[in-house]
Amino acid sequence: MSEAIREVGDFRQIGTRPIRPDGLDKVTGRANFGADFSLPGMLHGRFLRSPHAHARIRSIDIAAALAVPGVKAIVTGKDFPDVAPGDIEGGEGGGDYHDMAVNVMARDKVLYHGHAVAAVAATSVRAAEEAVRLIEVEYEALPVVLDIDSAMAPDAPLLHEHLYTEGLPEKPARPSNVAQVMESTRGDIEAGFAEADVIIERTYYTPTVHQGYIEPHACLARWGQDEQSTVWCSTQGSFDVRSMTARVLDMSISRLKVIPTEIGGGFGGKTTVYLEPVAIMLSRLSGRPVKLVMTREEVFRASGPASASKIKLRIGAKKDGTLTAMHAWMAYEAGAFKGSPMVPGVMCVFAPYGVPAFKAEGYDVLVNKPKVAAYRAPGAPQALFATESAMDELARVLNMDPIELRLKNAVREGSQASYGPKFNAIGMVACLEAAREHPNYKRPLGPNQGRGVAVGFWFNVGMQSSAEIHINEDGTATVIEGNPDIGGSRASMALMAAEELGIPYQDVRVLVADTEAAGFTNVTGGSRVTFATGMAVIEAARDIISQLKARAAALWNVDVEMVDWVDGKVVARPGVNVEAEPLTLADIAGQSAKTGGPLLGRASLNARGAGPSFAVNLCDVEVDPDTGKVEVLSYTAIQDAGKAIHPSYVEGQMQGGAVQGIGWALNEEYIFSAEGIMENAGFLDYRIPVASDLPMIDTQIIEIANPGHPYGVRGVGETPIVAPLAAVANAVNAATGLQMTELPMSPPRILAALEAAKS
Amino acid sequence: MKLQVSSTVNGEPVEFLCAADETVLEVLRDRLSLTGTKEGCGTGDCGACSILLDDRLVCSCLVFAAELEGRSVTTVEGIATPEALHPVQQKLLEHAALQCGICTPGVVVAAKALIDANPDPTEEETRYWLAGNLCRCTGYDKIIRAVLDAAAEMRGARP
Repeated sequence: MSEAIREVGDFRQIGTRPIRPDGLDKVTGRANFGADFSLPGMLHGRFLRSPHAHARIRSIDIAAALAVPGVKAIVTGKDFPDVAPGDIEGGEGGGDYHDMAVNVMARDKVLYHGHAVAAVAATSVRAAEEAVRLIEVEYEALPVVLDIDSAMAPDAPLLHEHLYTEGLPEKPARPSNVAQVMESTRGDIEAGFAEADVIIERTYYTPTVHQGYIEPHACLARWGQDEQSTVWCSTQGSFDVRSMTARVLDMSISRLKVIPTEIGGGFGGKTTVYLEPVAIMLSRLSGRPVKLVMTREEVFRASGPASASKIKLRIGAKKDGTLTAMHAWMAYEAGAFKGSPMVPGVMCVFAPYGVPAFKAEGYDVLVNKPKVAAYRAPGAPQALFATESAMDELARVLNMDPIELRLKNAVREGSQASYGPKFNAIGMVACLEAAREHPNYKRPLGPNQGRGVAVGFWFNVGMQSSAEIHINEDGTATVIEGNPDIGGSRASMALMAAEELGIPYQDVRVLVADTEAAGFTNVTGGSRVTFATGMAVIEAARDIISQLKARAAALWNVDVEMVDWVDGKVVARPGVNVEAEPLTLADIAGQSAKTGGPLLGRASLNARGAGPSFAVNLCDVEVDPDTGKVEVLSYTAIQDAGKAIHPSYVEGQMQGGAVQGIGWALNEEYIFSAEGIMENAGFLDYRIPVASDLPMIDTQIIEIANPGHPYGVRGVGETPIVAPLAAVANAVNAATGLQMTELPMSPPRILAALEAAKS
Repeated sequence: MKLQVSSTVNGEPVEFLCAADETVLEVLRDRLSLTGTKEGCGTGDCGACSILLDDRLVCSCLVFAAELEGRSVTTVEGIATPEALHPVQQKLLEHAALQCGICTPGVVVAAKALIDANPDPTEEETRYWLAGNLCRCTGYDKIIRAVLDAAAEMRGARP
């Protein structure tokens, strides 16, 4: 199956499955990731982190630590400049530059257990660790708030004494832990609920979870006396690291070069900075390069997990399944600083359905936990866990097939999206119909087994991208772009360049360049790279083609209007009176000196028209009534990719997202003590799915071309994680007769629910 | 005080000095510049640092470097020959069974060890053998298919 080649319309290479250009490096250990770079004279850094989830820092004494042999520099909050508030641009997920700076290194307060308080650079890791142990910090412990209800209580302890809720008609009289409220509404929901024959009303909870990338955050920084700094790091956005680090250190971005290493997973979690400003500051103080690598425990405690949520949902429908009204009250934990994905949650909670009246209200809530970061379709898994659980319950109450109920209310081309615009061509109905016809939807089930269905959705984004293509003198090509390749995007870029230029895929190399060698590009996130950077690659190739036509026309001494680009060759138009043999890219590249110099194509753009991607997932489970353990028997992901450039990597996104969602549904959660200390900060106790937990993940790619892309591409990276939470929950409910509303559905929680149902 | 250790790594004799509490993973990466072996957790939970120690699959973060005295280590850098990739490596590429690639070195080593021990593994045996190699990108589907395919090819290639 690996070499299967799909039938593809007019494409010659798009839709095939070649080996990725960086593949050899990655199966032989040659590829260099964040922790793999070293420099002569390099120091190793370690952090001192807060033992309290909320405390005032009274004093820090570094004298004894500085005396440890090999210690070259120690930094604390006092060494960093004050940073003015301001919304973070680019990146992914919300936040504020002042907060980012204070998150990188605490100043007067620590706001979560694991908050950085000091960092040491020394000639060895062990010397740095010894020095960290000798730093003396005097804390004044403060009361902690760890969940949405206690954080929103009127008398709750405040994380930030000067934080006033935004989004209200006027500034409130008192500060609070609610950073922002938002409301999205259409029609008259009370009238809609009055019209309903059935109303489903539930409150749903999801826990704090982590992206779980296998590579911990890592960077190497070198500061020079010319004030020029270089950072090698594992990131989803080297230009974002540059702007964020420069902001935290109050330096010009022209003084900072960021070289992206290979990246060992991110899923949204590597779109901000934790280490880079600290490494530069330590390098500046010591005059030596400094490497900082998080431990796995630090990744759990002090990077950005995904929001826990509480969502109260009410949906009303007629007997025939027609939705009449929907109301969602949605609170997302932001962690210690504002900026949960509440806004996209509010925008997407009803996105799959056309409903005449809805209201979604959102709350961005601060708690004494690490500041959340983006995690694949940030905000959507929580929101659609609620919506899709309720839709399933509605189908059961109405005795309707769950797919028929969804088809009855599905958005389609021309529908007004709940979040504003009218949908262009979308795949919601096509995915539902494919699910209905899928053999996995018809297979008989045994005792204690159940089947779940759920819909997934993500907006997708475009944003800014650049690409250059350099043509070598033999007609082969190098693509230069700036998006770290996190899942095979070099292969997609090479396929698109090869397709346009009419040369073999193997003749295209793709370079992910640093911030001084690549044109500006936004983050590898938002499911945007194959869509937007791919669009830049296509335009850069077309730039070359227009130059080829001009050069051929000059060689033939005809007007450029008299030549065409056909099947990878410049040809004279019929009727042109010249003896002109068609010229390939290689023909013209070989005589570049005669035709105007080296061939170089480029494009930069702000991509509009990112098409949303819908998915439908089917899940079969068996629940062991004695242990509460859930076994996933089969899993089917069906998703609209617009056009799959490299279908294997599209399937890979669907399979990987499905399994992250299965983990979120069944196992994964941060477990906190009453003091706010995470009690399972390791892969043994924070259990992500392993190979023996799972069946094969069946996939079906639907291709409803996105009119906003020259090949019809729509982003596929994030949608896959949205449906699984409810698909698994609905399967568990079908197997047990329960109505699970809180994740994860771990064995103790299922057993407790089974016991409660008996009595 | 440092310990002097003589060992064989990827078929070549090596000598190194290490502290008593240094792990094999630290020595491979920091002293021998073999950075193909990755650290994902340092506690033996993720399998990214998998190596063969006298042909036995272990997490190199859980073995002290001093224990390498007189023993033989194979890392991901020692799996391919100059002429060709190991079938596991080739099939991982053909099946697009890696996305970010950070778990891949450990998967390559673990899968080679599986096929060496069991030339005809079932899907279930493969899933349990690789249960110690965490992958967050792929959902394991393509990895399992690639390993089964590599095993089948190696069986076919045998006389």
